[in-house]
Amino acid sequence: MTDGMRTRFGRVVDELLDTDERVAVVYAVIGTREFGAAGRRHVDRVVDVGIREQAMVGVAAGMALEGFRPIVHSYAPFLVERPYEQIKLDFAHQGVGGVFVSIGASYDAAASGRTHQAPEDVALMATIPGMQIHVPGHPDEVEALLRRIVPGEGLHYVRLSTRTNARALPADGSLKVVRGARPGSPTVVAVGPMIDPVLEATSGLDVGVVGTTTVRPLDGDALRGLAGADVILVEPMLEGTSLPAVTAALADRPRRYLAIGVPAVEHRRYGTADEHDRAHGLDAEGLRRRITAFVA
Amino acid sequence: MATTTIVTGHDRLPALMSLMTGDEKHDRSATSTLDVLWVLYDRFLDIDPDRPEDPDRDRFLLSKGHGPMAYYAVLTAKGFIDEALLPGFGGYGSPLGQHPDRVLLPGVEIGSGSLGHGLPIAVGTALALRARGRAARVVCLVGDGELDEGSNHEAIALAGRLALDRLIAVVVDNASATHGWPGGIGRRFTVEGWTSAEADGRDHDDLERALHETTPGRPHVVVVGAGGSA
Repeated sequence: MTDGMRTRFGRVVDELLDTDERVAVVYAVIGTREFGAAGRRHVDRVVDVGIREQAMVGVAAGMALEGFRPIVHSYAPFLVERPYEQIKLDFAHQGVGGVFVSIGASYDAAASGRTHQAPEDVALMATIPGMQIHVPGHPDEVEALLRRIVPGEGLHYVRLSTRTNARALPADGSLKVVRGARPGSPTVVAVGPMIDPVLEATSGLDVGVVGTTTVRPLDGDALRGLAGADVILVEPMLEGTSLPAVTAALADRPRRYLAIGVPAVEHRRYGTADEHDRAHGLDAEGLRRRITAFVA
Repeated sequence: MATTTIVTGHDRLPALMSLMTGDEKHDRSATSTLDVLWVLYDRFLDIDPDRPEDPDRDRFLLSKGHGPMAYYAVLTAKGFIDEALLPGFGGYGSPLGQHPDRVLLPGVEIGSGSLGHGLPIAVGTALALRARGRAARVVCLVGDGELDEGSNHEAIALAGRLALDRLIAVVVDNASATHGWPGGIGRRFTVEGWTSAEADGRDHDDLERALHETTPGRPHVVVVGAGGSA
């Protein structure tokens, strides 16, 4: 791997700005490194609004109403949580599309504390009608996603992270088998950056692993074909965020479910993302403990 | 002296308003905007009901979505809404709600109701039109109480810095802001680089004058007083 998701995001959007006149970027200071050069080439389509996140979303919506394809970017809590009503009303209610791209994930910058942690972001975005949600686990997935969804239509949320897997999935919205198992074996649904920790945690176990970068819409048809009687959902955000989508897809017959993610607690710890993973049982050791207890 | 009564669309507005009932809570809000909405649609905005998607049309964004009976009445008088829809106001199957929805009603630029959303969208609209090289104007109507919402002040500062001189904010001042605006509403805008004019909310000529008092390179605000005391 030669670059991270954020760097790849900046590079791809820089190129898309040159090749697609519909593309606009609206950001609130965070992103100056990625978009500064493009902003000098496209002064009317790359807009840094300053530290004004409500205006950031409103301005992007105004551009969308005029036919632009805005990419709206900030740190996850400032992109999703602070201007949530603007996303709901200025985009979804007005009936216009846009691509929201965040960095920071649940606690990439754990040392920054709770103000910069947003495990709830995907759960909130999942309440927005029509919002498609992508949680990539590799920079190549970020590039594939952007090249597919930016020229398209509709509302998308792309959650970038510093946590990455060794290998990329196709990122075409489908669910993929990452490690096969005997028919009927327990199935782990691993979301984005959780694929590698899940692979390590389930090594040697009779457990199948399927992975996805897109959690909304979830590839329910594939999941029905792959899921065993025990289904474990492992995602890098608020615990249970995608469980309704999983259970809706698997309503064909009774199953047992376990949802593993970031618990809804005021953790009040700094440190590193790895330390937070360990505290929440999201490292390979913690995952193995919870998965083996569930399938025992 | 003989007088001639000229029946204008404006004279029809009270009758059109009376066809809509059920939102008495917002009556005062509706009547406070009636004249300025009329002047905008009758004398100022370049909008044609036969071409509601014309890319060169002026954009009017009603941010203060409360009391939209006045808005619907003016849109009806100007041919954007079928008068037969008015009695259904607020009904389940009606496109005319107590706050407007652009998806249900062609000619309405934004759905509004939650306060403080229109002006940031208007800034984005003005930026988009500038990026496309279009000279259309963007007019956004807000209330003085609505100005309490901090999102407006993000937009006011941004529009001034970006020199959006095709953007006009119209603030209807009913003195309804809970803590008032000491020193005047216009100052909140001029300190951010806007030009400001005041107008008597019942004087159509005065409203028209104030709307035209723009300056190249600067956004413009018209503070509309309820009866002449802006």
